[in-house]
Amino acid sequence: MTDFDITSQTMDGIGPHGTKVGLLRVLGPAHVWALGVGIVLVGEYMGWNFAVGKGGAYAALIACWFAGILYSCVAMIDSEVTSTVASAGGQYTQAKHIIGPLMAFNVGLYLVFAYTMLEAANAITAGYLFSVVASMTGHEEALDQRPFIILVIMFLAWLNYRGVLATLTFNLVITAIAFLAIIVLFLSTTGVIGSGMMEHAALFEGHELPYGWIGVLAAMHFGLWFYLGIEGTTQAAEEVRSPARALPFGTLAGIMTLLIAATLTWYVCWGVLPWEFLGDGVNGSVAPLFDTARLSGSNALVWLLGFGTLFATLASANGCINDASRAWFAMGRDKYLPGWFGAVHPKYRTPYRAIVFLVPIALIFALGAPLDQVITFSILSGLLGYTFMPLNIILFRRKWPLETIKRGYEHPFHPVPAITLLTLCGVTFFAVFLGYGTQLVAMIGFYIVVSLWFHFWRYRFVNRGAQFTMPWPKPRGY
Amino acid sequence: MDLWNWIEYGAWGLSAAFGLHMALDWLKTDSTYSEDVLTSSREGELEAMAEEHKVKS
Repeated sequence: MTDFDITSQTMDGIGPHGTKVGLLRVLGPAHVWALGVGIVLVGEYMGWNFAVGKGGAYAALIACWFAGILYSCVAMIDSEVTSTVASAGGQYTQAKHIIGPLMAFNVGLYLVFAYTMLEAANAITAGYLFSVVASMTGHEEALDQRPFIILVIMFLAWLNYRGVLATLTFNLVITAIAFLAIIVLFLSTTGVIGSGMMEHAALFEGHELPYGWIGVLAAMHFGLWFYLGIEGTTQAAEEVRSPARALPFGTLAGIMTLLIAATLTWYVCWGVLPWEFLGDGVNGSVAPLFDTARLSGSNALVWLLGFGTLFATLASANGCINDASRAWFAMGRDKYLPGWFGAVHPKYRTPYRAIVFLVPIALIFALGAPLDQVITFSILSGLLGYTFMPLNIILFRRKWPLETIKRGYEHPFHPVPAITLLTLCGVTFFAVFLGYGTQLVAMIGFYIVVSLWFHFWRYRFVNRGAQFTMPWPKPRGY
Repeated sequence: MDLWNWIEYGAWGLSAAFGLHMALDWLKTDSTYSEDVLTSSREGELEAMAEEHKVKS
């Protein structure tokens, strides 16, 4: 057995509390932006348009902006807390420090399920995109999508296995291209470049709010699609060079990017695609931005948005592997799960066992479960995570007031964002219950069962004292 | 067999290659380093703390 000492002159890195091999601090704010926006941007390319079918033009826009407020609260709260918690695991680690082990265990599972399910959904989508390209290029039989679904998961897992810098630099490039494609489409179709083709007045007529305000409520479920996953930036906390600066910077720049991209997407698609087509994401417009490009008649736009769709899908799956593995790794390191998962690769400095372990799980869901169920499971897990955040920030401010821990970012108007977030989560739970009540109840039942398992069995193995190694002062009142 | 059939076979092959590479490297790593080293990672610290870290000479 070769022993390894991180404090040797021949090896860089940080080794607190006896760490011999730790994750590598090599990322900057741009990588954090790429991680957050990369996971989400696929939601602009597809999926959000189910909101149109649920409630019409204005319902989709209202859902887009209300979900934007929800996620702005998420981004602000996350930025403050995570600028002090420079550790892998993101919200799991926050919950561990601020609330307690049972909350942490649940939040960790929300994260792993939300990201692994989203990764599976992205792989299914990538397989579908390959089949579309095959049929567009003259392939007559139905393409077997399985090898492409598996290739997406295996390639991205391999990239993650080999190192975080290459992984997130790759994400930065493809996410930037996908975002720029939306900007170019907007400029081209609105007449800034070339002739405009917007027909909002004609396409809106009679479809502004076809189902009234209940349609707006139902649309909220899919409004989340515009931003779902931006909270994933916190998983980079242990690998950024300057957590207190890079995490708030990357996260807040990310939510601003998404607010712009979401609004432009709504505007462009509504100005070109008819309501009946846009609102049906299964038999109608599967990829609305791509369909808008096709209707523009420009081959350059078709190619650009085609690559934009594929890149957004890959960036999302890539970010999800990164985030799910960090959450799984952090839980293993604290013995919330077997400690074996808390291993770091001595050469690549990645949580390699967590990355490899989650590959077959993603494959099972990608190859064996229907896309809408996989997406619903991901959204519900994410929503449970958002509901925890208001509680988290209120307790954080109470136990560690501003003067006790220096934050890299202090979010304004506390507790208004926390209360707003909690209210919007309540509204969205109701919206989800209207459409997917059975899944919601089944999933809450699942989390209750695993909580009981954790409380009565697993907790005895947790590293109770050793899990807290950050130099925080004692919480107020303890 | 058209081009897409070959691309399908290529995708199967590449998937197997990536999987195999990870599996072999995983086995090699686990047999080369002790479990104590591999699982020695602890929570990170803010850069202010890291700057105080002394590198052993």
